[in-house]
Amino acid sequence: MEFRWHRKDLLSLYDLSREEIEYILDTAEEFKKVSERNVKKVPALRGKTVVNFFVEPSTRTRISFELAEQRLSADIINVAVDASSLKKGETLLDTVRNIEARQVDLLVMRHRATGAQNFIAQNVRCGVINAGDGAHSHPTQALLDIFTIRQRKGRVAGLNVTIVGDILHSRVARSNIWGLLKLGARVTLAGPATLVPREFEKIGVRVCHNLRDALRAADVVNLLRIQHERQTAGFFPSVNEYARFFGLNQETFQYLRPDALVMHPGPINRDVELDSAVADGPNSVILEQVTNGLAVRMAVLFLVAGCGNK
Amino acid sequence: MNSSNFILKGGRVIDPARGIDRVMDIGVADGIITAPEAVGNPEIIDVSGLVVTPGLIDLHVHLRQPGNTAAETIATGTMAAAAGGFTAIVAMPNTTPAADTPGAIEYLRQTAARQGVVRVLPCGCLTRNRAGKEMAGIGGLHSAGVVALSDDGGCIQDHALMRHVAEYAHSFGLPILDHCEDAFLAANGVMHEGEWSVLLGMNGIASASEELMVARDIILSRLTGARIHVQHVSARESVELIRQARRQGLPVTGEATPHHIALTDECIKTYDTNYKMNPPLRSEADRQALIAGLADGTITVIATDHAPHTATAKLVEFDDAPFGIIGLETALPITLTLLVHSGILSLPDLIAKFTTGPAEVLGLDHCDLAEGHPADITVFDPDCAYEIDPSTFHSKARNTPFGGMKVRGRVRRTIVGGRTVYRYPEQAS
Repeated sequence: MEFRWHRKDLLSLYDLSREEIEYILDTAEEFKKVSERNVKKVPALRGKTVVNFFVEPSTRTRISFELAEQRLSADIINVAVDASSLKKGETLLDTVRNIEARQVDLLVMRHRATGAQNFIAQNVRCGVINAGDGAHSHPTQALLDIFTIRQRKGRVAGLNVTIVGDILHSRVARSNIWGLLKLGARVTLAGPATLVPREFEKIGVRVCHNLRDALRAADVVNLLRIQHERQTAGFFPSVNEYARFFGLNQETFQYLRPDALVMHPGPINRDVELDSAVADGPNSVILEQVTNGLAVRMAVLFLVAGCGNK
Repeated sequence: MNSSNFILKGGRVIDPARGIDRVMDIGVADGIITAPEAVGNPEIIDVSGLVVTPGLIDLHVHLRQPGNTAAETIATGTMAAAAGGFTAIVAMPNTTPAADTPGAIEYLRQTAARQGVVRVLPCGCLTRNRAGKEMAGIGGLHSAGVVALSDDGGCIQDHALMRHVAEYAHSFGLPILDHCEDAFLAANGVMHEGEWSVLLGMNGIASASEELMVARDIILSRLTGARIHVQHVSARESVELIRQARRQGLPVTGEATPHHIALTDECIKTYDTNYKMNPPLRSEADRQALIAGLADGTITVIATDHAPHTATAKLVEFDDAPFGIIGLETALPITLTLLVHSGILSLPDLIAKFTTGPAEVLGLDHCDLAEGHPADITVFDPDCAYEIDPSTFHSKARNTPFGGMKVRGRVRRTIVGGRTVYRYPEQAS
C-alpha cells in the first residue's frame, strides 16, 4: 500500500506517526542523491513561493532551508525580524496574514514562543514548517539527527540514544525524544536535575544525572549546546563545573562504546559540552548532520508543498 | 426594570444561612423581603420548578474601569454579573490607576451607583500602587467604604511588610484577599509546572510558588489574628494547608474558581490563550483535590476571577498573552453541572459557596432571605440544558474557554434591592 502525505504543516514530531516519519526519511534519501550530482537542482518547487520568516535569529537553520529551497527551484523571500513590522507594533498574526496575502505557498517560521507556529497554522491557509519554536519543537533538526543515525547504524529501533545537556530549554531534545520513541529507540536524558526534570520519565524515557551511567550502553550520544545565560540564572554553578561533570571530555569518552556516534546540533561550545578532540574524532558525525539537514529539509519542503501527491 | 411589590410563588427556596430548603413563597415590598401576606397589591410571579436563593456574591471580579475600558466597564461588568445571578461583586483594585486611595474608591462607588446594575463592593490595595513596598492608606480606604484589601495579581513578597499589613488591616476589621504566589519561583512562568509544561517546553509555575505563600499567610494569620482569604486556590498542597489551618481554628478561608474546578493543564496543548490564567490550570490530581476541598468544607467560596481581555490582546503567541478569563456568566451553570448534577455537592451546599461562604469572608450579616432584609434574590432553573454561547454574553469581553460546553442550569431572574435587573428570556427594553 502506497503511503500518501496529507499534512499542510509540519509543526512537531509529536503529531506524526512512525509511518510519516519514515516516509520523510525515505524521501530525504532520494533528495540526498540530488546534492551529490553535478547539477544540484531539481524543479520540484518551481512556481512555488516560500517565505522564510525568522522571528528569532538563526544562521544555520535559515541557510539550510534557503539552500534546500533553491535546490528545489522555489521562489524565496526572507523576512528577518529586524526588517519586519513586528517592531512597529503589528501583531504576529497580522504580519503573517500580510505575507500570506501575496499568494505565498509555504511559510518556514522560527519564533521564540512555544506554540507560535501552531497558533499561526490554525489561522492561515498556506503551509507552515516549524523551524524552531521556543523550547518546544524543531522537527527538521530531529529528523536530520534521526536520518544520520539511520544511515550510519542501518536502523533506529532498539538503539540506545543518550541526549546530554539542557533538556529543559531544548526544542532539539523534545523533537528528538518524540521521533526516537516513535521509531522504537530507547532514550536516555542526562544532565543535572536543574536541566533534566524527572517528569520526562512519564513518557517512557530514562532520566540519568550521572553522565558515566548514561554513556555506558549508548549507541548514540547527542550533546546539546549549553547556553551561558543558564549559569547566571542559577541552573549550574560555572561553565567549568558543567564541563567537568556533564561534558563529553577525554575522561568520560572512555565510558562510550567504540562504535558510538557522537552528535551535536551546533553551534558547539568547544571544551564545554564537547571536548575538541572528540568533536573532531572518528566517532563524530557532526558535519554529516549538517549535510543531511539539507536533504531532510528538501524532503519536508517537497512533501508539505503538496508535490508529493501529484 | 421596575421596583414593585411582588411575590415569588411556588419556588424551591434554598437559604443556607437559615438552613431552609423547601417550597415556599417569598414576598418583596419596597425592596425589602416581607411576609407574603403583608405585601400590598403584589404582582404574582410564578417561579414553580425554579430555585430561589439569596443573591449570589462573587468575591473576585475585575471590572477594568478605570484603565482598560476596551475590555470591560463597570456598566458591562455589572450587567454580566446580573446575567450570571450575582447581586453583589467585589471589585478588585488592580485598575489603572490602582484603587489605593479614598478618591479611587469614591470614583468606583459613584460610577457604580450611576451605571452599575448590581452592588459593587470596593476592595482597596494593601500597598501603594500594588507595588508591595509601602503600606497603602488602609484606614482611609476603610473610611471610604472598602470591604476588603488585596494586591490581587501581585503578592507582597516581603514577609515583614505582610505581617504589618495583616496586623494593621486587622485593627480595622478588614479581611485580606491574597493572591498567593512566590514571585521568584513563578518568574517567567506561563502554565503549571508539570508533565505538560515539560512536554510543551513552556516555562512552568511550580505549585510550590502558591504553597509557600499560603503557608506564609497561615503562619502570619496565626501570629497576627488577621483574617486571610486565599484567592483562587489551585494546588492540592494549598488545599491541604488550608484544611489544617481551619482545623486549628485560624481565620483562614479559600476560594476555588470554576475554571480550576473544570479544567487542567492538558488543555494548553491546543495553545488556546483562553487557557492561560494565573494561577494556572493545574493537574488532574489538583483539580480533584479542589473538588474534595469543596466537598469537605475546606474551600468555602466559589469565586470567578472574572478577568476580561480584548480579543486582540488574547489573539497572540501563548507566551505573550495576558493571564485570565471571564467567568461571571458561566460560573453558576458550570458548577451546577460539575458539582451538583454529578452528585458531589448538594444544591444547598453549592449555593452556600456563593452566599454564606463569601459573606463570612467579608463579615456581611444579612446574606439570607429573612424578612426585613434587602431583597437581593437569585432565581434559576437548575435543570435547563444548553450549550454555552459566548455571543450572548453581556460582558464586553469574550475570553472564555467554555464556549460550546454543555451545561445544565440557567439564571432566570436576578433581583437587587427589590428591582429585577436581569430576566431570562430577555425582553427588548
